[in-house]
Amino acid sequence: MSEPVLYLDGVSVVFDGFRALNNLSLIVDAGELRAIIGPNGAGKTTMMDVITGKTRPTAGVVRFREHDLTKLDEATIANLGIGRKFQKPTMFDALTVFENLELALKAPRGPLACLRWTLTGEAHRRIEGVMEEVGLASRSGDRAAILSHGQRQWLEIGMLLMQDPELLLVDEPVAGMTDQETEHTAALLVRIAGERSVVVVEHDLEFVRALGSKVTVLCEGSMLSEGSIDHVQNDPRVIEVYLGR
Amino acid sequence: MSASLAAPAPGGFGRMTLRLVLIGAVLVLAMLPALNRLPADSALHVSDFIVTVTGKWITYAILALAIDLAWGYAGILSLGHGAFFALGGYAIGMHLMRLIGPRGVYGHPTLPDFMVFLGYQELPWYWLGFDHFPFAILMAVAVPGLLAGVVGYLAFRSRITGVYLSIITQALTYALMLAFFRNDMGFGGNNGFTDFKELLGMPLNTQAARSALFYASLLLLLGALWLCSSITKSKLGRVLVAIRDAESRVRFLGYDVTQHKLFVFVLSAMIAGLAGALYVPQVGIINPGEFSPGNSIEAVIWVAVGGRGTLVGALLGAFSVNALKTWLTTVAPGLWLFALGGLFVAVTLFLPRGLIGLFSKAPK
Repeated sequence: MSEPVLYLDGVSVVFDGFRALNNLSLIVDAGELRAIIGPNGAGKTTMMDVITGKTRPTAGVVRFREHDLTKLDEATIANLGIGRKFQKPTMFDALTVFENLELALKAPRGPLACLRWTLTGEAHRRIEGVMEEVGLASRSGDRAAILSHGQRQWLEIGMLLMQDPELLLVDEPVAGMTDQETEHTAALLVRIAGERSVVVVEHDLEFVRALGSKVTVLCEGSMLSEGSIDHVQNDPRVIEVYLGR
Repeated sequence: MSASLAAPAPGGFGRMTLRLVLIGAVLVLAMLPALNRLPADSALHVSDFIVTVTGKWITYAILALAIDLAWGYAGILSLGHGAFFALGGYAIGMHLMRLIGPRGVYGHPTLPDFMVFLGYQELPWYWLGFDHFPFAILMAVAVPGLLAGVVGYLAFRSRITGVYLSIITQALTYALMLAFFRNDMGFGGNNGFTDFKELLGMPLNTQAARSALFYASLLLLLGALWLCSSITKSKLGRVLVAIRDAESRVRFLGYDVTQHKLFVFVLSAMIAGLAGALYVPQVGIINPGEFSPGNSIEAVIWVAVGGRGTLVGALLGAFSVNALKTWLTTVAPGLWLFALGGLFVAVTLFLPRGLIGLFSKAPK
């Protein structure tokens, strides 16, 4: 448990002279649930981009277990066991809930393997299990395009679970959700963590409180404060840049 | 377990009905060469012209299938598929030229007429082997496949998509057209290849050869349809649709998008090459005009008109647009390009799902 799953040290990302990340360090332990908050432009999404291989850091160390993530592409990183849920739910609208989950299911990913793929009973049960878990069991045959906003968020979390990742990166899961949906999502993420590490980026402080996890506050590309939600909410620097406004 | 997997049924028209219509159409097509053998005064007699022209449309339909697999499913809009078709045609054309042997105008034992005329002393090395039919067929598949592999690898690896990819493929076919126009390429320059005599021992201007080529085309069409539909029904088909709709999301699921796109692009080019190889013996000529960018665009319009993203739509488009073309270029040749452009605009505005959309309800 002591070995960190995710290790960022001194990470900087510079876009045309703008420092999106500035000497950021972050350590996430195995099985940990971590919330990351920060004002707009604090570098939350850029941090996720760096971890998933979408953006290359200008400087710094990014490691997932023993792997150096700065040298790998998106697909390889995903297959190592890092799953990402985007800020704007992205899934395949033309496919059904079941088919979306089936594509995400951990299985050989090459074209020929996909051509020969047949759905085994075990895979079928796993997909049904995840549909149950995220509350979409009754929507199996519906196209993703017709799901409500909240259901789309859950489907995407479900797709993450199908990948059986060691680390989940979840970007703003409750934006636009009703209170009840938000509660439901918090409970879901708490359930998921433990077996896996989960990093949640969120604006909604009530939601972060419901997660009951350690909180990291980002500001202008660096870590500003870290600790329990009460600790960071009372940190004068945090109040000044973020909560006070 | 399959219930939840089944693709949304096309509704109104029904999967079963569609299949019956398809089987009916194939049976009608299959009867054409037989009806051609009836005496000319019989009411059911079908002219040589109809058989040849339908055989040609069948090869166009195969090209349409190939384009639809890449565009309708994987979102790769190639505006240069005519190049793969033409390369397949040139491969079989080289074989047909070799078979002419000493029967050419100049009577040279090995060199085709145009080479004698241009002062060649011996066959260029890349003509070796084309006297064997299996080798020519292999090249009709391998050369388009290889070209698609190289171009596709470079483009997909650099994540060139959308209109940029279309422009590259368009440039590819244009460059090949210019290259094949050159006499010193060794492919007959602007005259290309013609005056073919026979194929596999059959003189080409006979009824037997016409119906053999017709049936070969029909078999290839059915084979290509089976291959494409087994892809689109598999998980690979769903991965391709996913790439079409949200490419970067597929990457974050751990799929190597370049590999999948390359697979489907190369396969599509190979199918197009084979279609070209059956086209040339039926029309009796191949020249660099087949590489013209307009041809590739026209083929894409067939697919758009029929309904991209459904294999049957591609077939429907290829047959209906070409039927219209054959009729219109006879009665009012000057109108064809206006009609084609108008058709494309009309389909885009009023029938975004193509003609096939008329028969099936929009999926929910």
